[in-house]
Amino acid sequence: ISSLLLVEHKNKAIASSTFNALTAASKLGGNVIALVAGEDPDPIVSEVSKLQGVSKVLIAKDKVYEHGIAEVYAPLLASTQKQLKFTHLVAPHSAFGKNIMPRVAALLDVAQISDVIGIESPDTFIRPIYAGNAIAKVKSKDPIKVLTVRGTAFPPATISDQTGASSEAAPESEKPALTEWIGEDLQKSDRPELGAATKVVSGGRALKSRENFDKLINNLADSIGAAIGGSRAAVDAGYCDNALQVGQTGKVVAPEFYLAVGISGAIQHVAGMKDSKVIAAINSDPDAPIFQVSDYGLVADLFTVVPELTEKLKKKELN
Amino acid sequence: MANLKILVGCKRVIDYAVKVRVNSTKLAVETAGVKHSLNPFDEIAVEEAIRLREKLGNNVVKEIVALSCGPPKSQEQLRTALAMGVDRAIHVEVGKDDSEATRTLQPLAVAKLFKAIIEKEQANLIILGKQAIDDDASQTGQMLAGLLNWPQATFASKIEISGDKITTTREIDGGLETISSKLPAIVTSDLRLNEPRFVTLPNIMKAKKKPLEKFTPDQLKVDVAPRLENISVTDPPVRKGGTKVDSVDDLISKLKSAGALE
Repeated sequence: ISSLLLVEHKNKAIASSTFNALTAASKLGGNVIALVAGEDPDPIVSEVSKLQGVSKVLIAKDKVYEHGIAEVYAPLLASTQKQLKFTHLVAPHSAFGKNIMPRVAALLDVAQISDVIGIESPDTFIRPIYAGNAIAKVKSKDPIKVLTVRGTAFPPATISDQTGASSEAAPESEKPALTEWIGEDLQKSDRPELGAATKVVSGGRALKSRENFDKLINNLADSIGAAIGGSRAAVDAGYCDNALQVGQTGKVVAPEFYLAVGISGAIQHVAGMKDSKVIAAINSDPDAPIFQVSDYGLVADLFTVVPELTEKLKKKELN
Repeated sequence: MANLKILVGCKRVIDYAVKVRVNSTKLAVETAGVKHSLNPFDEIAVEEAIRLREKLGNNVVKEIVALSCGPPKSQEQLRTALAMGVDRAIHVEVGKDDSEATRTLQPLAVAKLFKAIIEKEQANLIILGKQAIDDDASQTGQMLAGLLNWPQATFASKIEISGDKITTTREIDGGLETISSKLPAIVTSDLRLNEPRFVTLPNIMKAKKKPLEKFTPDQLKVDVAPRLENISVTDPPVRKGGTKVDSVDDLISKLKSAGALE
């Protein structure tokens, strides 16, 4: 067994999901060799070489690798695989990994196993289906296993004190100019990103208007440094942005703490948040299905208790 | 402006509002007698193809074809696409309804079936959903792009076509990214790309008369044997919820002792 870990990085920092994917790769047994590609990969390489479990770092230095374009990353991984004969190729199940790894799998004519949450053995994996409403155990019959790993399912790898692992150039590969990167528009919010946040506060249709949503949910979220989410109903009603939708057809989140405000708890929504560690809900309907999945439920009018909760949490922050 | 022949993917899936149940074999979820629909992301793909024609005109968008790979009943989802405004449909029949062969049809095989049809049809813009809400794999579009060596514009929230160039706004972690590719290309739709139209009764009636062609994987010379074996399908661990608190103070203290506010 030997694994190739595709390192995701942005703005000179390793993406946190890479640390979790490394833990998953280490769990497979055997060596883990990391691949860092980019225009100026050296700072990332020295960081990666210090990670516990990385035995070697391969470097692909070229400006075509700067923006995660799958059309050049996929041939790079495929030719690295063909030359060095890994048994497993591992990446985070992030927008970056999801974009690249299926293309790699197709080039190698093997299946890909998406969103792995458990490793039973080097060929048997656990993954959620139906937005986590069922759990599948699958066994790969292919000689090479291409995996994307759910970050929240594996603890992050640690940085060791030892001198870094050795590094060398990755094999050369084709760089077809199929797609050009034009630019990006990253949310410049002080709030954490929904998919990676440790705390999430979500609002539902009971907020009744966009103004209420902005006022109540934003303040509550900011009082504990949480990301903001919304139910499909809230998105459909225009109370919050589409990008904030938590649910089967929106984002699937699993933070340490999830607070659902004025959300009834349709299957659609619950599928997107039920793997959160602690769930609390505020709803005026004592029979709302959200309470069935909540560790703590408060039956109350949100317009009364949300301001009170926000104030008390703010004070707590100060103390 | 290039001539566009658009192919859209249409997968039959259990409706998003249905609570899925693991069946007695513990190898799959129950599909018999359960409401099925067109995969929501594929519905967005169909809508986008139709909007492109509305925007660019019939002189540019020559034809829109819907393709579904799956059991006989997949034709219901193809009829939905036809009622939305697709011109004709192709069905690659794999397995009988609710059969093992249908359940084990995997993305790599579907991508190969799509490739065979694309080559036959000479389609040059392929729009697929970013993922199906049953297996949640999110692979078929990327695999298809890899097999064809075409550009891929995945998780698209906006596309613009000008000449033979396609400019795509993509949803990435933390924001949006813009890329540009040359046609032919593969696009996979994200939630924000559009809001699909409702189908009207007259259009449903009209859709019944639109052509629907059938193939088998054998005719297309594609091996659809699964590469992943399902060992088991089980219910997720049940949450022990249901505890009620009395007040905001009670909630805060409970959350504190659970370590949720750290």
